[in-house]
Amino acid sequence: MTEALRVANVSHAYGKRKALQDVSFHIPQGSFTALLGPNGAGKSTLFSLITRLFDCRQGSISLFGLDLGKSPGQALRQLGVVFQQPTLDLDLTILQNLHYAADLHGLPRRMAAPRIARELARMELEPRKSEKARALNGGHRRRVEIARALIHDPKLLLLDEPTVGLDVPTRKSLIAQIHGLCRQDDLAVLWATHLVDEIDAVQDRLVVLDKGRVWAEGQAADILAANGGSLSDLFSKLADGEVAA
Amino acid sequence: MSWLICLKGIVWREMLRFFHQRSRLFGALVRPLMWLVVFATGFRAALGVAIAPPYDTYIPYGVYIMPGLVGMVQLFNAMQSSLSMVYDREMGSMRALLVSPLPRWYLIVCKLTAGIVVSILQSYAFLAVAWAFGDQAPPLGYLTVLPALLVNGVMLGALGLLLSSLIRQLENFAGVMNFVVFPLFFLSTALYPIWKIQEGSDILADVCRLNPFTYGVELIRFALYGQFDGLSALVVLMAGALFLVAAVLGYSPSRGLAKLKAS
Repeated sequence: MTEALRVANVSHAYGKRKALQDVSFHIPQGSFTALLGPNGAGKSTLFSLITRLFDCRQGSISLFGLDLGKSPGQALRQLGVVFQQPTLDLDLTILQNLHYAADLHGLPRRMAAPRIARELARMELEPRKSEKARALNGGHRRRVEIARALIHDPKLLLLDEPTVGLDVPTRKSLIAQIHGLCRQDDLAVLWATHLVDEIDAVQDRLVVLDKGRVWAEGQAADILAANGGSLSDLFSKLADGEVAA
Repeated sequence: MSWLICLKGIVWREMLRFFHQRSRLFGALVRPLMWLVVFATGFRAALGVAIAPPYDTYIPYGVYIMPGLVGMVQLFNAMQSSLSMVYDREMGSMRALLVSPLPRWYLIVCKLTAGIVVSILQSYAFLAVAWAFGDQAPPLGYLTVLPALLVNGVMLGALGLLLSSLIRQLENFAGVMNFVVFPLFFLSTALYPIWKIQEGSDILADVCRLNPFTYGVELIRFALYGQFDGLSALVVLMAGALFLVAAVLGYSPSRGLAKLKAS
């Protein structure tokens, strides 16, 4: 199976504080992988490195075989991102936000227009496309951000705690939608979270990050079988520092 | 082609924001108009401005400070853009821009271009209002001033970008007003000719000569009268290039942003 993402021996520090230490894992194409870790585990730093907000100085990151350090432009074209913090321009309408994203990827209007229409329909935003982002609730803003991340037809979608601040039904609906994208578009997804109930213990792959290190990687079911107990038990132990990284 | 589309998108977004934020346009015009109408009227009687290039006759004080006030419009627009970059970075929306597959330096140049387009629009809006108040340049000057506005916009816009790459928090931006904007504006030839400043203090006159904003103002002043000031053009271009390189380095993934995050 093609590798969508390979992170190899990546370390990163902010001054003397080590945020990531020798992190390695991979994500197969078309898989839904949850990146699970308590707050401060290094998830957002890892996302910043994969999206090249910071340079990866130690180790390497490649997307579909393209080294992010050597071919950043080509690698980033494969990538759609939904950040933890909202990144929409609240003064622009949904449609304007999506056109802006298409422009940032250099998509001509004739290519961008049908893709925007497709994503608006898929995210059920068509009736509200002319409303300003400011007028939307948190769930709808997240959907716009997902639509925006998909405009350039990426093969890998990164979502950094995308359900923060959303109610339970909206969270469930969003997760179901992303699982659907994985199946329909053969899209690889890396979903960072600290909420174990967002993980399907049967189907999902799991990368567990703790104190800047990968504690486990594989099918969630296999990790649970090897360690016993439920995901909640495992996460509680991680959060309490009872599991050595 | 994709590079042009990206540039168009960033400029288009900046224009939309500018026209949505009417208070920004209003503020950009009111500030220099207060100087032109209130300050210049008060000083008109007290300050005579003798004949000096590019003027070939005695001029009212309002006419003298008009280029300086155009510079002020561009200076404040650059700082507004800079403030908005810091805000975007704090709020997270900057990330949407920075994950574009195009090179980081090019994205910074696009942001700069967008800021320059807005600053030129603001400058012409101010020149139109000043014209209505009777402070007029020769008709052709309104055309020949365009390249001067462009290069001055590059210098000030790049300075704004550089500052935004260095400022860690929005709250620190107030310091920019005290330590960057006011010294740049008041220690220049925007309000008084350099010989007038020299009458009061040689040191102050020397400081004005070291201030790149002085040369931006003089470039605009000469261009408004269809003349070219080579020294000013050279200084403004060199300062603009220096600020731009520093700003690009400040936003480089391996330098600026990682340090900001670390703080």
